[in-house]
Formats: sequence, structure tokens, C-alpha cells
Amino acid sequence: MSELLELRGVGKRFPGVVALDDVDFTVRAGEIHALLGENGAGKSTLIKVLTGVYPADEGEFRLGGASIRPGSPRAAEELGISTVYQEVNLVPSLSVAENITLGRQPGRAGLLNWRAIRRRARAALARLELDCDVDAELGALSVAHQQMVAIARALDTRARLLILDEPTASLDEHEVAELFKIMRQLRADGLGIVFVTHFLDQVYAVTDRLTVLRNGARVGEFATAGLPRLELVGRMLGREVSAAEFAAQGAASPADHAAPPVLATHGLGRRGAVAPFDLSLRGGEVVGLGGLLGSGRTETARLLFGLDRADSGTISVHGAPCRIDSPREAVRLGLAFCSEDRKAEGLLPNLSVRENLLIAQQGRRGALRALTRAEQEQLCAHYIAALQIKTPDPETPVKNLSGGNQQKVLLARWLATQPAVIILDEPTRGIDVGAKQEIEQLIAGLRADGLAVLFISSEIDEVVRNCSRVLVLRERRLTGEIADGDLTADHLMHLMAGTHE
Amino acid sequence: MKVRSPLLWPLAGFVALLLLNAVFNPAFLKITLLDGHLYGVPVDILVQGSRTMLVALGMTLVIATGGIDLSVGSVVAIAGAVCAVLLQDGHGLALTLVAAVGAGVLAGSANGLLVARLGVQPIVATLILMVAGRGVAQLLVDGQVIIIASAPFEFLANGFVLGLPLAPLLVAAAYVSAHLLLRRTALGLFVEAVGDNEQASRFAGLAAARIKTLAYVFCGACAGGAGILTAANIRAADAYRAGENMELDAIFAVVVGGTALTGGRFLILGTAIGALLIQTLTTTMYNLGVPPAVAPVPKALLIIGVALLQSERTTRWLRGLAGRKEAA
Ligand SMILES: Nc1ncnc2c1ncn2[C@@H]1O[C@H](COP(=O)(O)OP(=O)(O)OP(=O)(O)O)[C@@H](O)[C@H]1O
Ligand SMILES: [Mg+2]
Repeated sequence: MSELLELRGVGKRFPGVVALDDVDFTVRAGEIHALLGENGAGKSTLIKVLTGVYPADEGEFRLGGASIRPGSPRAAEELGISTVYQEVNLVPSLSVAENITLGRQPGRAGLLNWRAIRRRARAALARLELDCDVDAELGALSVAHQQMVAIARALDTRARLLILDEPTASLDEHEVAELFKIMRQLRADGLGIVFVTHFLDQVYAVTDRLTVLRNGARVGEFATAGLPRLELVGRMLGREVSAAEFAAQGAASPADHAAPPVLATHGLGRRGAVAPFDLSLRGGEVVGLGGLLGSGRTETARLLFGLDRADSGTISVHGAPCRIDSPREAVRLGLAFCSEDRKAEGLLPNLSVRENLLIAQQGRRGALRALTRAEQEQLCAHYIAALQIKTPDPETPVKNLSGGNQQKVLLARWLATQPAVIILDEPTRGIDVGAKQEIEQLIAGLRADGLAVLFISSEIDEVVRNCSRVLVLRERRLTGEIADGDLTADHLMHLMAGTHE
Repeated sequence: MKVRSPLLWPLAGFVALLLLNAVFNPAFLKITLLDGHLYGVPVDILVQGSRTMLVALGMTLVIATGGIDLSVGSVVAIAGAVCAVLLQDGHGLALTLVAAVGAGVLAGSANGLLVARLGVQPIVATLILMVAGRGVAQLLVDGQVIIIASAPFEFLANGFVLGLPLAPLLVAAAYVSAHLLLRRTALGLFVEAVGDNEQASRFAGLAAARIKTLAYVFCGACAGGAGILTAANIRAADAYRAGENMELDAIFAVVVGGTALTGGRFLILGTAIGALLIQTLTTTMYNLGVPPAVAPVPKALLIIGVALLQSERTTRWLRGLAGRKEAA
């Protein structure tokens, strides 16, 4: 088989970090090649130097035998490299159609042919079987839909090489299946595909070969089928792992039903977002919120956290009725909400890891009771160690961290407020296998300390593994609940899809 | 790699300009003691620059929240008019000063309300007051230039304490207090958080709207203070001309000082240096006899120069050039 892409000796340094060190990487035409590694291993950086987002310090790039050195993503695109970056880099204020065709709009003499733009966008979306208004403003879509639009954009070119950096992080099973179908079809057409993911199931489902990076260096290249899962994890983490370590955790112990709920709602709802629902969370339990994309999971969380105003119903915290009409109020009452959209709703990109970490706690204390520098540093040191956040130092701007490490910073931000209830919306999005394990353990530990957790995840296994019961949402309505004994992935899936036997 | 201080370029520009002046005019840097008071061009720069410095202090916070305040010049005129009217009517100095700053606070609250609560674009919101404010000032003084004959009032802008000019001392005190207020509490961090990503700071539980409003109120108060100094300096309230183009100088000072117009990180000290740099340039051109109509050109060149030096892309490009030469 022919080598489509050949990278030799690629190196890239950032202040305080060697992101890539003498990395070789080859992709053949007609294969799907997984690029794997822990958070901060250098996967995204490799993709970015290859596509001209930043210059490589050293190394040689060949595409189809010819030496290339694209100076910008646009130039890479012209060479036939189409990329979906980890951080969706589309324009939120433009329409879906404009985003898909941006920079290559059909038209003549500077005039845009709007009909052609829409037609092309619709065709691109249809390939993904995505039903979405091409005139909608991109920013108004859910993260998952934005992700799909980014993929549709990447497919809208005549590429020889398609690069997908964690495209499935916020997608549901159904969308993932659609994406895989297209990837296989493109592979049959002779494209080379680079696929970054932290989901090992997906690696084994679609990829032919894989390359593992660790700490910026290449560990090796393997045929996917010939590498057992445990060995793969071991290569990524750089140590032996035992099967027991990654076995299912002990099922969550049922919470003490005598205790009053930490958070309870009665008929809480908002027209057009979620139908009125009753919910009660007890200290020490992890409750899942299950549902398909668009079933109202995030809307429910927004309502609880005061981001949207409820138009019916009541909320009580620790048995006391209260009004939550702003996140500030929610935080004051001991709630925490780790949003799924870390770029728009989480990160303060130019501020340091330290500042990002303490902002919620400082907000809760108020401006006048500033944490001392020593307290801040202690807090940082604690969470950087506890969550193994990979950063050169606490003063690094958080935008310079890898995607998974940014996610850990946001988790730490909320844990630092020592909340009574934490709502986690896709908390393990983009987090590597090792860290996922740590975070799940952390959640288990928090539960033992009496924290109530509302857990939202599109990964059904993750929900089943972590939760003692799951509330199921369908079409923006709470339709059922599965408790301990009945909680299986199958059962949950049926309830979510509404095909309950 | 060492992180270079963002204050480097404005400071370098300031020093370079002073040296350039000193070379062409050795008397430029000379400071003399006359009647126990300090005199000389540098003192003059401090005195004349103090008003811009004060306005730019408030502007720094507004820009840090990702906004802009175009109305400061008009607020200077309003505050001056308030002073003139109250002093003319025989009110005491204390009441006059409080009322003038109060007028600024009121203007700032209006801006804050429009921007933070009603979601009007900062440029549009403050443009309203920029235009209407002059009218308000005219109304207050009835279209006249009112002469102010109050020695203690004039002393604020032109007086000396222990041989040192009072106005720069007052402004320096404002800078120090602002610094302590912002950095000893978490207010500065909150402002930077809101400017960096407003939505994310709201999600983190910050009262983003209130923080933004406070920035505009503070900016209004600073403009009110500058209005007092302006009126005291010329001993008159000139609703037409007072504070003219002040918003531009203030914005220049903030940007040259290293605070980005996109919001987020702010540098108060940088703003002070930026304001002095601009005043030095103004004074230089005045001394060189450059006609006022031409004066904005060198100012613009200077600002472009500093802005380019601060941009990451140019630095990278310059470094690339240097590297290529070394390699050759
Ligand atoms: N612009 C930057 N400036 C400084 N350091 C950076 C920058 N981008 C990445 N890094 C550093 O380079 C290293 C590799 O980051 P990279 O984003 O490539 O990781 P990754 O393998 O994609 O991880 P993840 O799975 O979390 O997305 C990290 O330590 C990160 O902190
Ligand atoms: Mg990455």
C-alpha cells in the first residue's frame, strides 16, 4: 500500500514544554489511522504543525511523495488536507451554510451565489444525515451539532487526507455511527484518514492502524487488530495496567433515603425547554440524566443552575425553598455546574490556570474577601496534583493547555467551591483513559463525602457505571427513572429511545 | 524563554522620546526651582498630562471589560459646567467637587445601564452621551463660557504642595488607590475574567453585568475628576471645547500602555506611561511649533509603531528576519 502522508523527525517546542520530539508518523491511502495518547501527549500539536497552524521547529512533511510545508490551514486545505480541529473553529455568528462554505463560497466576480451556498451546505449535511436548518446561526446550535457542522465542512472538499481531532467527543451513538459509515466509505474511495479519540471502542471499531504518542514522543505504530486493549492502554500510559484496574467500578451504593434531599424540584419547568419535572437529589448519590441529543438534558441543568428562568414550579435546597435566578445565586446556595461547552461557557482563555481554577470560589466569597496568594497557590498545587493537570506551571494561560487538561481545570474550578450539588455535563469529554478513571474515582470519593452529583453523559456505559439511578428524558420531558437493580445499558437505551418493551 | 514585561515598549518609547527631545533641545529636561516651586518642561508634561491620565485610568477598566467609553470628553465638559455653575452661585468647594464627580458617576451609570443591563453595544451606548453630553453642558452654562474666580478651586490644577505640582499628585493618588482597590481585592480579577469571556464568567457565578456597570461608573467618576481639573486649569467652564478629543487620547493611552481593546488583562501602570507618552509628544510638537492641524499625524505614527511592536505577529516576523540574517 502507498504511503500518503509521511512525517519525519517532527519537533515542536513551546515555552516550558517540548510538545513534539522527533516524531515520525505515516498514513497510507485507504486507511483509517488512529492517533492516540494521553492528554497533552501532543496529538493536536502534531495536527496543527502539519496543517500550518503553527510552524514546526524541525521535521519533514511529505504528502503523496512531494515535500510540503503549508503555512496556514488554508494552504493545507489547498494541498488536499482537510481538518476538523479539536476546538471547533467556526464562526458562531454566521449561519450554518456560511460556515460550511466559508472561504470557498461558490460565486463569480466577488458575488456570492446564495442559492448555491445553501444547496451545497444542505448536501454536505445530508451526507451526515443531519437534519438542521442551514440558515440557523451556528452559535445557537448545541455543541454536538456544531461539531457535526465542522465535520460537514471538512467533507465538503476534495481532500486526499482527512484529519479528525476528537470529532466524536460530544456526539451520540447515532451520530457516531453515521460518521463511521462515511469514514469507511471515504476509506474505500482511497482517502487517508487520521482519527484522534479517547474512546477505545471507537479505535477498535473503525481504525486499521494506530500510532501512540507519549509526552511528545512516538511510542510506536501498530496494526489495530494485533494490539490487545490492555496493551494499548499500557503503551499510552507508559506502565503496565491490569484488567482489574479497568473493570467496572463497584455499583454506587444506594443513598441514605432518610436524609432530606439536598436539591429538590417540584413541577419545575420552562415552556419550550423542559416540561415540568420533579427531581430530588440526596447527599451521597450520583444520579444520571439520560437522554438522546436534544432530549432536554442540558436545558434541565440550565434551569437548575439559574441560567434560564423557570416559568413554573419550585426549587428547594436542603429543604429550604429558594429562588435561583442567576448562576451567582446558584453558586451561593452550593450548586456547581460544569458546562459541556468549555470554550464558550467555561474557559477564561487568556487568564492563567491559577485564575481559572479559583474564579468560582473567589466569586462565591465575593470580591472583598480575596484569597491570599499563599491560599491560591496551595489550592492550585492541590488540584494540579489531584487531577494530574499537565501544565508547565500555574501561571500558564489556560488556552495553552491541551484540550483534556483544560477540561480538568474546569472540573477543579468547581470542586474547589466545595459544592453540595455538582452538575456535570459531559465531564469526561476529551479526557484520556487514565484520567477518566481518576475522575470517576474522584466522583466516587465525592459521593462518599456526601456530595450529590447530577451526571450527564452521552456515553451510556459511563452513566451506568457511575450512577445509582438514572432519570430519563425524552423529547424534553422526564419520562422515567431506572433505579439500581434495573440499571443496565440495554434497558437505559430502550427508555431513551422510547422503544420500551 | 523569559516572559518580557508588556510595559517594555511603552516605557522604551517614552524614554526614547525624552532623549530625542533632550538631544535637540538640551533645556528640555531642565528642571529649575523657582520660588520654591519646580518648573520645567517635564513638570509641565506632568501637569498637562494629568487630566488625560485620570480619564485613561477609568478607560482602562472599561476597555478591560471589553467595552469602550466615548463619552468621557463630554463628561469632562459637564463636570466643568457643574463646577462653574455651583461656584458662581456661591456654593462651597466641597459640595462643588462632590457634585462634579457625582455628575460623572451619573453619566457612567447611564452608560453602564445601557451596556450591561440593556445589552446596547458600548460604542453606540456611549456615543449617545458623547453627543448629548455636550448639549447638557451647554444647557448648564446657558451657552456661555463661565469664568471661575475661585482661588482654592484653581489651586487644584495649578497649585504646588511642598514645591510639587498638586494635580499630578492627586492623579497619582487616584492611581495608587485604584491599584490597591483592584489588586488587593479580587475586583481586578473579576474585571479581567469578564473581559476575557463574559459568558464563562457568568457561568462561574460572577455578577458580570454588575462588574461591567461598575467599570463604567468608575470611568465616569474619573472623567468627572478630570473635568474639575480642566475647569480649574483654565479657570473657566467651556462647554464647547473642554475635554475635546479626550476620549481618543485616553483610548490611545490605554492601548499603548498594553491593555488590549479586546478586553481581559489590563495594566494600570501601562496606561499611566501611555498617557505620559502621548502628552510628551503633544508638548514636543507644541515646542517645535508644529501647527495643531498637523499634530495628529505624528501621534498616529507613534501609536501605530507601539501597537506593531506589541503585536505578536510583527515580533515573530522581526525575529524571523533577524534569524535569517544570522543564518546567512
Ligand atoms: N499554544 C501552545 N502554547 C504553549 N503550550 C502548548 C500550546 N499548545 C499545546 N501546548 C502544550 O503542548 C503539549 C501537547 O498538547 P496537545 O494539545 O498537542 O495535546 P493532545 O495530545 O492533543 O491532548 P488532549 O488529548 O488533551 O487534546 C501540552 O503539554 C500543552 O500544554
Ligand atoms: Mg488535543
